[in-house]
Amino acid sequence: MDDHGIEVKNLYKIFGPHGERYLDAVKNGMSKDELNAKHGHVLGLKDISINMPSAKIQVIMGLSGSGKSTMIRHINRLIEPTAGEVLYQGEDVCKMSKADLQEFRRHKTAMVFQKFALLPHRTVIDNTLFGIELQGVSRGESEERAKHWLKRVGLDGFEDYYPNQLSGGMQQRVGLARALTNDADILLMDEAFSALDPLIRMDMQTILLELQEELHKTIVFITHDLDEALRLGDRIAILRDGIMVQQDDPQQILLNPADDYVSDFIKDINRVRVLEIGSIMNKSKSVKGPKIERNVVIEDALQILMNSKTTSAIVTQNDKAIGSITLDKLIASIARKQGSANEQAYK
Amino acid sequence: MALSDSLPKVLTKFPEMGRADLRDFKKGIDETFRSFTRTYGEGIEDFFYPLKIFMVWFEKLLVGTPWPLMIIVLAILVYIGSRSWGLVVGTIASLLLIGYLGMWTDTMKTLALVSVSTFVCIAIGIPLGILMSKSNRVQAVIVPILDIMQTIPAFVYLIPVLMLLGIGKVPGLIAVCIYAIPPVVRLTNLGIRLVDKDVLEAADAFGASPRQKMFSVQLPLALPNLFAGVNQTIMMALAMVVVASLIGAQGLGSNVLKAVNNQYLTLGFMNGLAIVAIAIVFDRVSQKFGQRLQKHSEVVHG
Repeated sequence: MDDHGIEVKNLYKIFGPHGERYLDAVKNGMSKDELNAKHGHVLGLKDISINMPSAKIQVIMGLSGSGKSTMIRHINRLIEPTAGEVLYQGEDVCKMSKADLQEFRRHKTAMVFQKFALLPHRTVIDNTLFGIELQGVSRGESEERAKHWLKRVGLDGFEDYYPNQLSGGMQQRVGLARALTNDADILLMDEAFSALDPLIRMDMQTILLELQEELHKTIVFITHDLDEALRLGDRIAILRDGIMVQQDDPQQILLNPADDYVSDFIKDINRVRVLEIGSIMNKSKSVKGPKIERNVVIEDALQILMNSKTTSAIVTQNDKAIGSITLDKLIASIARKQGSANEQAYK
Repeated sequence: MALSDSLPKVLTKFPEMGRADLRDFKKGIDETFRSFTRTYGEGIEDFFYPLKIFMVWFEKLLVGTPWPLMIIVLAILVYIGSRSWGLVVGTIASLLLIGYLGMWTDTMKTLALVSVSTFVCIAIGIPLGILMSKSNRVQAVIVPILDIMQTIPAFVYLIPVLMLLGIGKVPGLIAVCIYAIPPVVRLTNLGIRLVDKDVLEAADAFGASPRQKMFSVQLPLALPNLFAGVNQTIMMALAMVVVASLIGAQGLGSNVLKAVNNQYLTLGFMNGLAIVAIAIVFDRVSQKFGQRLQKHSEVVHG
């Protein structure tokens, strides 16, 4: 299978008319505040390196102003970097010519936006085929492809409506269908579900996960919502003030937050429903008890132990034993790590 | 004692350029322009010749068409533009009244002048507006020129037009265009610049070329503003027909001019009101048409 991963290397972005002038100062440790006060430039991203795996969902998280939207716009170069590389299949997006970049955007990437960014003067179907119309696909074929994807996102029969006539959730389905119709390897989702209400957001997440199961695109998903990040992300990267704080798989971030900022993020997460036993098990396989798959969450594992009236279980992966788990360990994992910021607050 | 008595003379009397110098200065420019006219006048006239042919042809077409056919054609056009039967009835009624009061031919001439000048304004104004929207530098150059065109008294620029092209249809047409073109340029520029940044970013993200972006995103979304500009241009062209008649544009305007010169009260009002009637029809039709272009923004999800 082709590798559709994206590698971001030492990416810097300094906003302002002469960003490149202050690159060295920033590299030598000038802070965001100092740069702004002294030179009137804003530090957007500082030394970001991420390896986004092929065919997986890479979530980039952070509060507003953390640089996550700036980050995603470097992948299709809607924002020019001050320094650094964005590599896709060995080619640096940041060095592409205008024509190459246009081709790259048309065929390799598709984007879904927080505010939907649909064309208000076009009907749903005409919005959906916008991307492939730009590619030069004939009207007949593009309509067919657009209809297919509209059906997949549940908008069958809405082809001739205008975006204004649809609810937010439906508009974003159009946004998603437009991106999918492009048939690109990379799907960039910039806070795509943040403007939707919680139930609709869950719906959209489900749709995305179902689609990803068969499409295997390299998805970069920006969000400020940790629940969403944990639900969707195969990997999560956390940004703060333009700096990468931690990147890991979701379970590791929950178990080993890198600093107080990350701890703060994860403090309201219901660990019982998110932590998987595979990430807290012992290596030893010499216990007795029921077999439980590694991706079962603590809550369900506890239920299984209660039902079988045992205090330990074997952890399996594809029916092969890979470790074990005990009742004590399960309960201990629900508590946050010792010494975390919040725990001290309760003392 | 007045304040001015105690001040040195240089502060109380403006240090004017000498009377003789000033006269020579004005004369110099006038002479230069005259010789320019003598040298290039013919060339400029040739340049505008196609426009003259078109103008004459169109006027003959409108005047020469039998009046019942003309009324039917206009009624159909009004319906296509506005989809409003009320407006169609109003148009037919006012045309019949205008004809009955003996102003049919003059009205057709004015209609021809306004139509052709609107056409010229759109043909020049929209591309100019697009150019302005794409470059801040072009905008910085054109905006002051538009300001001058809109504020300078129309009689003033009649002089050079008259000197270059003499009296006739084309000078009248050019005078109307100078006065009427600014709104369509301004509002095309404004409309394109007001297009939602998010939508433009989406177009970029999907790899739209600058041309694709202009024609499938920016211009369609600028249409409501652009149409407001066209509407204003038509109105200003109509307002200008009387002034243009000073340098030979025929039609209702020249009748008004005659009425002013001879104190013909009724003639003045009849022709003036005929202009108003045409203006109202043009305005309503172009507004309704502009609204129809925005059909997509009418129904908003509750």
